[in-house]
Amino acid sequence: MTTLLFIEQILNGLQFGVMLFLMAAGLTLIFGVMGLINLAHGSLYMVGAFAAAAVAGATGSFLLALAAALAAAAVAGALVEITVIRRLYGKAHLDQVLATFALILIFSEGTRWIFGSFPLFLDIPDYLSGPVSLPGGIKYPLYRLALILIGLLVAAGLWWLTARTRIGIQIRAGENDREMIAALGVNISALYTLVFALGAALAGLAGALVGAIQSVQVGMGEPVLILAFVVIVIGGIGSIKGAFIGAILVGLTDTLGGIFLPELFKIFMESGAATQTGSALASMAVYILMGVVLIWRPTGLFGARA
Amino acid sequence: MIAERWINGTVIAGILAVLAYAILADEPFTITLLTRVTILALAAVGLNIALGIGGLVSLGHAAFFGLGGYAMGILASHAQTFTPLDLGLFTLPGTKSMPVIWLVAVIISALAAWIIGLLSLRTTGVYFIMITLAFGQMFFYFSISWSAYGGEDGLSIYVRNGFPGVNTLVPAQFFAVCFVALCLALVLFHRLQASPFGLALNAARQVPERVETVGLNPMRLKLVAFIISGAITGLAGALFADLNRFVSPTMFSWQLSGELIVLIIIGGVGRLMGPVIGACLFVALEHWLGGLTDFWHIWLGVILLVIVLFARGGLIGLLTGKEGAHV
Repeated sequence: MTTLLFIEQILNGLQFGVMLFLMAAGLTLIFGVMGLINLAHGSLYMVGAFAAAAVAGATGSFLLALAAALAAAAVAGALVEITVIRRLYGKAHLDQVLATFALILIFSEGTRWIFGSFPLFLDIPDYLSGPVSLPGGIKYPLYRLALILIGLLVAAGLWWLTARTRIGIQIRAGENDREMIAALGVNISALYTLVFALGAALAGLAGALVGAIQSVQVGMGEPVLILAFVVIVIGGIGSIKGAFIGAILVGLTDTLGGIFLPELFKIFMESGAATQTGSALASMAVYILMGVVLIWRPTGLFGARA
Repeated sequence: MIAERWINGTVIAGILAVLAYAILADEPFTITLLTRVTILALAAVGLNIALGIGGLVSLGHAAFFGLGGYAMGILASHAQTFTPLDLGLFTLPGTKSMPVIWLVAVIISALAAWIIGLLSLRTTGVYFIMITLAFGQMFFYFSISWSAYGGEDGLSIYVRNGFPGVNTLVPAQFFAVCFVALCLALVLFHRLQASPFGLALNAARQVPERVETVGLNPMRLKLVAFIISGAITGLAGALFADLNRFVSPTMFSWQLSGELIVLIIIGGVGRLMGPVIGACLFVALEHWLGGLTDFWHIWLGVILLVIVLFARGGLIGLLTGKEGAHV
């Protein structure tokens, strides 16, 4: 167990964390503004990944693939918002859970229908492949480093959007008082569609970016979705700052736990049992983290309301 | 409009009629399908106590279903290899006896429901949904990584477990065991709903403040409901594992939690027979649409959307003209 490995794992954790943030930011924004719990967010992640894989396969350009992922997820998000989601605002959470569960079924099976059951592959472009040397003699994959950078840029962009722009002011006002900003002449339903499409685009971007290091397949969105839920529960629902801190915490816990818990148990157990206990415990680590946070603060780190 | 008790009677009569047909026509597969309906309905009756009466939208009930399943899998696998179960302080022999397995399944799931409930009930609304979902996933990943009991591959049991006086290898007799369990759970649900506890719980769902004002603790009411609910779903899990003679992490999957809610919604939330009607329709759709197209989940999704958006009270609500419980 060397320092180099440790730093590498921290970077891996950060990379996982910022990708979770892209998912969680959309979820938390949609919940904060529209009060909607969206299980189908993972499907938009999948749509992004599939759009990217299809376009990359046809054109060979990674940038075009990313643009396609953003566009496809945003369009899918806007369509879903206009046809279904719009009818769910103000309804009971149970209805929202079910309707979005139904959307998952439709999206997943629809994708399987179009693309088949076999996973697609999205290649890392040449200019982002291979390792890069970091100060201190660490070799780290350039692509993963790029993911961290993109994630941080998006986080900064989101902060700027919500804190400094007119649309951001409207979004924040929408969180507080829907009737009031509608009375002030803001087209609230267009604003909702926009927020939903923005969240969807972020999920699609995450899907495409992660799709290049994992395989692109039906059902890829749900495990990430559930972790994103854990993230926003930890961070406090509706808070983008909470989503960022929660995402980094979950990313680090999951990655470091998987590597170090088995090692930790080896200190006082024999090797085979230690690996088993350690990895079993590591798979539960983020949920234990969530439990601890909730005992301490039932509405999450930065959450104001339940 | 049709009275609810007529619908209820028709459903039970319908299930028994299909059973009679299947026995006469010698179609064991139909009986297996019916058993599947019965067990899924039992799991959903359990969830209906928390969801329908208590208003607790638990998206993690697969945790209890899976725990029940693994209680059966672990006990039976130790019995079939004749190795005692080592619990550290003492060892337990495995067992192939259903009543013992059920007891263990109920106790384990009730304990899990108690712990999960204590943590989750600190929160409400969306937080509760997400937290129960996360706890379900925790068990899912744990079962995948715990290789001693099959990990991702699951556990196979070669011979179905026994019940005193019944030959469980005969499909109709195993069905009878499950059906009796379902009927007992329905009686419990009915009695519970009309009992002072059920009334208080119902009130705690609607106006927790008032319940508190009259000196009851809403949190405690909900916790008890959650525990009973988890225990019944756990029992269903043990039966389900016995039906398939197989346990795997998919019993913990969150899709299963979602499907349990779907069963209740199709039938009608908080209705006595809602889960039973939901399970009948679900299995029928699965079987019928699944035979027509590989992509039957799309149509299930569309049907669900229509029910959520346009038929709020589920099928029973549609037939009786009353919406039923609001959650």
